[in-house]
Amino acid sequence: MDLLLTLVSIIMTAATPLLLAALGETVTERAGVLNLGVEGMMIMGAVAGFAGAALSGNPFVGVVTAILAGMAMALLFGFLTLTLLANQVATGLALTLLGLGLSALIGESFVGQPGIKLPSWAGIDPLVPFSFAMVAAVSWFLFRSKGGLIVRAVGVSHASAHALGYNVVGVRYLAVLFGGAMAGLGGGYLSLFYTPQWVENMSAGRGWIALALVVFASWLPLRVLAGAYLFGTISILSFVLQAAGVGIPSQFLSSLPYLGTILALVVISGNKALTRRNTPANLGQAFVPDR
Amino acid sequence: MKAKGEYLLEALNIVKVFGTLRANDDVTLKVKPGEIHAFLGENGAGKSTLVKMIYGALQPTAGEFRWMGEKIVVPNPAAARKLGIGMVFQHFSLFEALTVAENIALAMPGPFDLGVLSEKIARVSKDYGLPLEPTATVADLSVGERQRIEIVRCLLQEPKLLIMDEPTAVLTPQEADQLFKVLARLAGEGCAVIYISHRLEEVKRLCHSATILRHGKVVAHVDPTKETAASLAKLMVGGDIHVVHTPRKVTDGKVRLKLDALSLHADGPFAVELKNISLDVKAGEVVAIAGVAGNGQGELFDAISGERHTKAGMLVMDGKPSGNEGVSARRRLGGAFVPEERLGHGAVPGFKLSDNIVLTRHASDTDVVKSGFLQKNGAANVSERVIKDFDVRKGKPDPEARALSGGNLQKFVVGRELDRKPGILVVNQPTWGVDAGAAATIRQALVDLSRKGSAVLVISQDLDEIFEIADRIAVISRGQMSEAFPASQMTAEKIGLLMAGEHEVHTHAA
Repeated sequence: MDLLLTLVSIIMTAATPLLLAALGETVTERAGVLNLGVEGMMIMGAVAGFAGAALSGNPFVGVVTAILAGMAMALLFGFLTLTLLANQVATGLALTLLGLGLSALIGESFVGQPGIKLPSWAGIDPLVPFSFAMVAAVSWFLFRSKGGLIVRAVGVSHASAHALGYNVVGVRYLAVLFGGAMAGLGGGYLSLFYTPQWVENMSAGRGWIALALVVFASWLPLRVLAGAYLFGTISILSFVLQAAGVGIPSQFLSSLPYLGTILALVVISGNKALTRRNTPANLGQAFVPDR
Repeated sequence: MKAKGEYLLEALNIVKVFGTLRANDDVTLKVKPGEIHAFLGENGAGKSTLVKMIYGALQPTAGEFRWMGEKIVVPNPAAARKLGIGMVFQHFSLFEALTVAENIALAMPGPFDLGVLSEKIARVSKDYGLPLEPTATVADLSVGERQRIEIVRCLLQEPKLLIMDEPTAVLTPQEADQLFKVLARLAGEGCAVIYISHRLEEVKRLCHSATILRHGKVVAHVDPTKETAASLAKLMVGGDIHVVHTPRKVTDGKVRLKLDALSLHADGPFAVELKNISLDVKAGEVVAIAGVAGNGQGELFDAISGERHTKAGMLVMDGKPSGNEGVSARRRLGGAFVPEERLGHGAVPGFKLSDNIVLTRHASDTDVVKSGFLQKNGAANVSERVIKDFDVRKGKPDPEARALSGGNLQKFVVGRELDRKPGILVVNQPTWGVDAGAAATIRQALVDLSRKGSAVLVISQDLDEIFEIADRIAVISRGQMSEAFPASQMTAEKIGLLMAGEHEVHTHAA
């Protein structure tokens, strides 16, 4: 029983950063913006969260600084792609590279320092229930509120939304900032709870998995939740298998969560009608209002 | 309501300048309540510019608008809607992936409740005879149904002025009749309508007054019921329009283009599947395929031009099965193809005209490409010939394709293919967005080519054009095609029934 409880809490810990980042990106992409810089925003969140907590002595200050760092990165991305109309793919990739480099620079003095862990109850920290609440909130927002309808409208046809008098660029800025806040929080979770210390490149590709999750989950928050937990489960499973000394190369076991999640999501995203209804048609396209 | 003056909307001395172009030059338009007011002019005359300013999507450079006698400024479409101005766009401003109710909710102010809104939509659409299912996804609906959404969206806001930008261009004749009934009823209820259309017969039938625009200036204000279609056209163009001369066709030439049970799967979520399409186009005739946009015309064009491949025997060119051949092989067989979209598909916007010549001729003409090398002079000669023969007007000797106006570029891309004297010519929407004078030139050239022994296949949504030039007419609907009937046996009503899918019923019954 204890083992099961421990297992569940470990799975939650593995899934939560992914879930947070992917939920944010879901909203960003629903508004038609493809921000490939999730990895960069996460790692900046991780270092800022660690620094905030270490300098103030309070892990909740770390949570706030992680969110702010993600938003700052997102604002930079938004300014480049929405205001200056830079290519979203290239800018997103550059944002990731920038985040990885900048976080290593900022975090240099924190390497090896013990971190401050978020408090938890029965192995469950406050961000786990928060992430569940966010799934419900994002679902409600996107599909039950006028604000969400506007976000989706901007994502499927920015020209039509503009013709109706909506501020396309403004809506996209907000969506990008939300994505940045959530990615920053997901990154902060890594350095504040998952492994409470600062290690260079500690996001370890989770930003990329979050991106893949969003697409294969057909931009649906509940499917993002399922995907994130599937990933968490398989990663823990592969740890268990490695520990048990199963005769499978450890490299293969470490790649298993990535492989398994993508495979499962490819299978569920086979529903063409559903994908068609939920794909933001203007994803990645710059919006330039006509004269 | 008529507190000051009798006019609902007055646009006084409106000027709109884009760069060096005066799109609207001192335009005055006055609309009374309950009046259907036609706003006529050729493409580029400035009609859309003015209505966009009335709707708040553009701001005038000079001049003023008055609403019920009061001076107003319309900063954005939301403000226009608040005043009671509704607009149905030429290119619909709908969201394909959203439902009907969601689409309408986006344009409605006030509290957001899809349930209440759906009931309202159902009520209004039933009341006006415009059936709509609020939960349907727009992507699954026909063009006519989509237009209904836009109209219902306007009606829900109880407009005092409704602007319609070429509403019937995408409708079957029967759908257009239904629309006229709705508009007449609205006018009877006191709503004013600004009606933009190229179809002068329907303007005569529907509208109470007409303002005619030419090159951004108002040239006349007339009562359309007292004019003829020809006199209206003359006012629009500012001169007589060339009447296309169609000599009797040579009887029964040999079959040059044969489609034999051509089928093609849909290649995307919004694409159309082609089912069992058969057609013979003979030497010396023009065959037209009528149909409402999005019923498989683009897919059929791609299958004939070679952009998509089928089984070899499904397409036969001059006796040679070619369904699995590429575009260049088909061109070498004497085929020539003009796609619907001239900028981006028919021509590369950033290429000079002479370079654009090379693009469709590199495989078939040795004076353009010889042993793999470009013959710049050869291409330039062809380009100059096309420009001269088709009166392509341009600013400098060899401009980039994007520098040409739509009509002139269309003359160029059609002329480029006609210049080769192809044995088989396939054109998709030959005169779309082209003014009356240029359209007549292009149509005459198509007829002339056929009379010299070529087979000409025209895909068009414009019934007037089809009746003007076609010897036989087939109708495409949802990826299926009717047989090609002699033009003399066809009427707009019959085509309308076929557009609505009537032949499918017959096929099932047979």
